[in-house]
Amino acid sequence: MSNTSVAAHTAVTNNRKWAIGYVSVVATIFVLNKFLLTYLNSDVQKFFNSWFSLSSLAEIMIWILMALGLNIIVGYAGLLDLGYVAFWALGGYVAGWLMSPFFSSLQFNFFGHARKGFEFGIHFHVLIVLILGGCFTAIWGVIIGGPTLRLKSDYLALVTLGFGEIIPQFMLNGSNIAGHNLTNGAQGIGGLDEINLFGYVIGTFAMPEKFLMVSILAGGMIFFSIRLRDGRLGRAWLAIREDELAASMMGVPLWRTKFSSYSIGAVSGGVGGVAFAILVGGVYADRFNFVISIIILSMVVLGGMGNVWGVVVGATVLSWINSIGLVQVGDLINNTFGTHVNFPSYQFLIFGLLLVLMMLFRREGFLPEARMRMVMQDEKGDVDKKVSDETKIASN
Amino acid sequence: MARLNTPVMLKISDLTVGYGAITAVKGLSLEVREGEIVSVIGSNGAGKSTTLRTVSGLMKPKSGSIEFLGEKIDGIPGHEIVAKGICQSPEGRRIFPKMTVDENLDLGAYLRKDGAAVKEARERVLELFPRLRERINQKAGTMSGGEQQMLAVGRALMGNPKLLVLDEPSMGLAPVLVDLIFETIETIRKSGVTILLVEQNALAALRIADYAYVLESGNLKLEGDGSKLADDPAIAQAYLGG
Repeated sequence: MSNTSVAAHTAVTNNRKWAIGYVSVVATIFVLNKFLLTYLNSDVQKFFNSWFSLSSLAEIMIWILMALGLNIIVGYAGLLDLGYVAFWALGGYVAGWLMSPFFSSLQFNFFGHARKGFEFGIHFHVLIVLILGGCFTAIWGVIIGGPTLRLKSDYLALVTLGFGEIIPQFMLNGSNIAGHNLTNGAQGIGGLDEINLFGYVIGTFAMPEKFLMVSILAGGMIFFSIRLRDGRLGRAWLAIREDELAASMMGVPLWRTKFSSYSIGAVSGGVGGVAFAILVGGVYADRFNFVISIIILSMVVLGGMGNVWGVVVGATVLSWINSIGLVQVGDLINNTFGTHVNFPSYQFLIFGLLLVLMMLFRREGFLPEARMRMVMQDEKGDVDKKVSDETKIASN
Repeated sequence: MARLNTPVMLKISDLTVGYGAITAVKGLSLEVREGEIVSVIGSNGAGKSTTLRTVSGLMKPKSGSIEFLGEKIDGIPGHEIVAKGICQSPEGRRIFPKMTVDENLDLGAYLRKDGAAVKEARERVLELFPRLRERINQKAGTMSGGEQQMLAVGRALMGNPKLLVLDEPSMGLAPVLVDLIFETIETIRKSGVTILLVEQNALAALRIADYAYVLESGNLKLEGDGSKLADDPAIAQAYLGG
């Protein structure tokens, strides 16, 4: 019994350590970019702007948000969702609809912050849009998950795969729905409102503040994920992931428990979608494709399914490689060796290679969940141990 | 041992269950009375597991009914059946391999809200199986088969069952461990839990049973007091390898 509390205590201190680390990294990046960088010499500035540009760091936060959302579905409950991008897109369009001049025939303002001269359209307060974005994707989570989760889990993969294809296609072609322009087609919806947080206005290009905002959202998601995992619902998800039938025999209501995982994941995707739209100042249909779903899934798998900090690391590493790493490292290699290889164009080759290597040498992910590590590493010595145990009991 | 004169706890009447076109259980009727150990024996494919799956809500009957404490329970979802007081230790143990022994036991009490009573139940289970206390923080999947079986039974007990359903608890265990498991089953019964036991190990199952049912290809072939069936030469020939 005392061992249990010691283990729990270590987990808590570990989490605290990680949390302190997260806050200090975010604070350092913010202070550096907001106050210090302009005073440093141009070489240092150039280094930061090319290797750790603030906009890509902010984008990393969005990926963390997304990956943690998907982690609740895939990592916690073990349901395979292949169309998570749909929630990202839906959340983004909620932001496009509710805080921009897009619906120009209307004029509605609810604590919003419309730009001068663009008072037409719908303008909600950003916090309300975040909540509504979550609600909207929750509804879609109910529509998709409700019927599908009654079936075997393989069907969820297929249905979500379709969902992830249909939603972006709808957005891409939604410029004329019975005469109404709903999504503005391939051009997307731009010119989102500036953010007004209790009198403090964050402009479209105020990157340090926007970075801080998405970091706070991602931090909240990390906290929420840990609390969920350690709670009663989290245990029920793990039980379903390990053995559905046994979980049902313990009294875990299967459908309701899976459904809650899928809906919470959906809400997280919606909130992340809104945050991303705010970050880039608009929402564009061609950004949402199947590859995005797969990248988020890779982040969850590579980071260590079910482990919150592992997924954070997975999302950070993969999205950094994607947005900066390939270009910068590629340039470095080209300049050093005088080659002319276009590294970013090999993005998926490198991605695929990384995935294969990980599955060969470190199946449990960068930072595996403790229970995964135990089982995956114990597989070899297991048989001998079992035999000796059996004889031990028998001789008792 | 003979049938007890207590009220009926579980009553299966004329139950027919099937998978698609195949009928696995044909018109089975059986009774479990309060405080009894009732064994259901039969060879592979006799319909034992299908009957249990229907009792625990994983399958719906084609016809017939199942009543628990006078209430109809066929066709209601599994977790509600657990809430009514039927807990099962499933065939093949099905413990959660990546969780610790402690976490497994915790899940057994998933539907119980009363923390103090759960703690007490945990203590009782650990007294029943001291082996589990030694391994309390070990991943369940790394334990031996016998220990996993103890855990499966202990986990079912954590739900505070009125009726404990044990599906093949001796499967794949060494003879010494089989004896241990059957002794424990009697201890559990003495603590006031009614037991429905399904077994291929017919002799042991008949010896501890107050009453037993013998199934063959989905039909009820024989029923009677456990000890009487154990001495029946016909049974011995068919199921006891004698």
